[in-house]
Amino acid sequence: MIEVTNLSKSFGTKKVLDGISMTVRDGEIFGLLGPSGAGKTTLIRVLTGQLKFESGEASVMGADVRKLSGEDKKQFGIMMDDLGLYERLTAYQNLKVFTDIYGVSVDAIGKVLAEVKLDQDAKKEVSKFSKGMKERLRLARALVTHPKVLFLDEPTSGLDPQTAKEIHEIIRNRKEAGCIIFLTTHNMTEAEKLCDHLVLLNEGKIVESGSPRELCLRYDHQKRIEITTTDGEKEQLPFAGGAVERIEQVLKEGRLLTIHSQEPNLETVFMELTGRKLEA
Amino acid sequence: MREAKAILQKQMIDTRKNRAVLIQFILFPLITIVMSNAVNIQDMPEHFYLKLFSVMYLAMAPISSMSAIISEEKEKGTLRALMMSNVSPVSYLLGVGIYDLAACMLGATLMSRICGMNGEEWRYYLALMAIGFLISIFLGAAIGVLAKNQMAATSLQVPAMCILSFLPMIGQFNDTVAKVAKYFYTEQFYQLLNNGIHGKMSTESMVILACNAIIVLGVFILAYKKRGLNRE
Ligand SMILES: Nc1ncnc2c1ncn2[C@@H]1O[C@H](COP(=O)(O)OP(=O)(O)OP(=O)(O)O)[C@@H](O)[C@H]1O
Ligand SMILES: [Mg+2]
Repeated sequence: MIEVTNLSKSFGTKKVLDGISMTVRDGEIFGLLGPSGAGKTTLIRVLTGQLKFESGEASVMGADVRKLSGEDKKQFGIMMDDLGLYERLTAYQNLKVFTDIYGVSVDAIGKVLAEVKLDQDAKKEVSKFSKGMKERLRLARALVTHPKVLFLDEPTSGLDPQTAKEIHEIIRNRKEAGCIIFLTTHNMTEAEKLCDHLVLLNEGKIVESGSPRELCLRYDHQKRIEITTTDGEKEQLPFAGGAVERIEQVLKEGRLLTIHSQEPNLETVFMELTGRKLEA
Repeated sequence: MREAKAILQKQMIDTRKNRAVLIQFILFPLITIVMSNAVNIQDMPEHFYLKLFSVMYLAMAPISSMSAIISEEKEKGTLRALMMSNVSPVSYLLGVGIYDLAACMLGATLMSRICGMNGEEWRYYLALMAIGFLISIFLGAAIGVLAKNQMAATSLQVPAMCILSFLPMIGQFNDTVAKVAKYFYTEQFYQLLNNGIHGKMSTESMVILACNAIIVLGVFILAYKKRGLNRE
């Protein structure tokens, strides 16, 4: 379990996390969804003990993140952009450094490399890897030491849809194996498909939380019917009140071209809450 | 200890492919071997080139390699990954330091052996070199810890190496320089090497060497306290 209560963090005078409270339950995929600069990476840094913070409480599996012991940290698997890879070493050698440090059997390396589909490239130097391959190797490094909690900072950003799908599958498998997964994303489709619980973060504040389904239901009032007339005009009609009459009228006049229903999605929910888009 | 060993093994694989660091370990042994065999002037003191280049070797190789390794790991974020895996700074520095000392000692062993040193004299030479390498390793580590990236490391490394390696050389021909040079450990090692195993070590030399070792250690500790390994 990860518990955060009223946590605040500033850089200089700029408040980057502002009174964050949330709970991540065991065995769930928890998603932190927010636009660039919202404070997602900062929150991961705080939770993994890399950054100090001014006020509030945070604990991971019962351990206060201000005083994480070495043993606590060894339960974490962290995938972040600024945790570099050894470019002159092969994929296998990169992982071996970490299995050696953790005292994990080298058998784990082959398995994890197969899991992220890098087994064919195990003996290739990392400097010759593509961006997507490096991303997968970073994930492999987070997985190879059998962590109980996975912190994944935008695990699929910049990857092609196929690779992203494969990574989603790996994340789901780890969840089945009982891992807590804390991930950040600014991709709403990813958040919707993958996460059991979501928190929407904007400018350091939590603006909404719940399962993707709950969130969309809560914003049911966003349901609309959109019609296009033959003169190319678009009209948004709210579900309640007046839609039926208006459609009937346009139909009678013989001007109806298309008719669509629009359900709320995370993007429109976010838009309503903050007035801004998730992805720039 | 397991961590230090993992770092040491990583370093062994990495250096084989890292030409910039590898050349530091090979350059002076190679020059020494070539010069000793190619240039032979009459009445030249025994092991003239070996002693001269050994001092340059110990003033350059450990400083540039240590600071290059540490500053690169900082710049590329690999050090951060190690720290997040609960590798302690001490284990890390121990792993890299032992590796560096071993590589330098291998170079010194080879170049002295090929130049025909043996027996007691050889063991004495190697013991002196080991102590000199150690001081330089701490200095190199201090630079690596202080510098934010490789560029910054180079700009600290180069002046330090120039002073430490060229002063003893120039001091041979210029008395004024010699007066300054004697306060640096490299010059003292040069004298010790030249005096040989049966030469007496003056109290002044001992004090200067001890002071150098203490200052370098102090600089290292200050650098570490100021920057640490896992802070930005
Ligand atoms: N070390 C730092 N010093 C000063 N300001 C920082 C530092 N790290 C982050 N910030 C600021 O904190 C804010 C949040 O940054 P953070 O990296 O957490 O955002 P993010 O949600 O991860 O964004 P992205 O999606 O672009 O990765 C930004 O305004 C950023 O400029
Ligand atoms: Mg980020």
